[in-house]
Amino acid sequence: MVRVEFLGPIQKPSLELEIQNLNELAAVLQEDAELSEWLKNCAVAVNDTLVSSLEAPLKDGDKISLLPPVCGG
Amino acid sequence: MLELYDGSLDVPKILKEWYEAEATSNYGAYIPFVGTVRSEDGIDGLSFDIYEPILNSWFDAWQEKAKAKGAIIKMAHSRGDVMLHESSYIAAVFSPKRRVALEFIDEFVEDFKASAPIWKYDLLDGKRVYAADRSTPIKGSGLLAKEN
Repeated sequence: MVRVEFLGPIQKPSLELEIQNLNELAAVLQEDAELSEWLKNCAVAVNDTLVSSLEAPLKDGDKISLLPPVCGG
Repeated sequence: MLELYDGSLDVPKILKEWYEAEATSNYGAYIPFVGTVRSEDGIDGLSFDIYEPILNSWFDAWQEKAKAKGAIIKMAHSRGDVMLHESSYIAAVFSPKRRVALEFIDEFVEDFKASAPIWKYDLLDGKRVYAADRSTPIKGSGLLAKEN
């Protein structure tokens, strides 16, 4: 089981999912019409490290975060 | 050093504390940047969300880069609401000589804008409205979208 958190302005509660990798996560989230615009410009972190590939395997207890466009300052 | 505050920053106090903390560290240059909320588009102020775990690792990586040049970085940022003419952001570089600090503050603030996991909202008529058009996707964004 992994936990998926939506940060900042994505007003959506976290999800608990049984998935093995980020490709499976992409498939699940793409089914959600509310998320389709966000997915185009969100970065992804696994256990608080940004990732650049969908291939890395996930393990039980991993935390995945979706980070929408930022503007600090 | 990374400091997060609820609400606006007490700029004179923070700049003074940083100045005093490094007064005898033998830095020749102290270059602060202060970001203040301006009146535009009818806003009453700004509001911020911060994701601390990734902000901390992003900041630590910059601190290492600074250290390699004999410099240090300090940063303060607000969480929650900051009203017009108040300040939400301070970044400062201390370095032995001015050139390193002048260049570093520019690079650091630009990367801060593009990468730090902080989300900005306009305060408009009591509502918090995500500043989507001023926000920048973090490098590598779009990984989960259909096109990939």
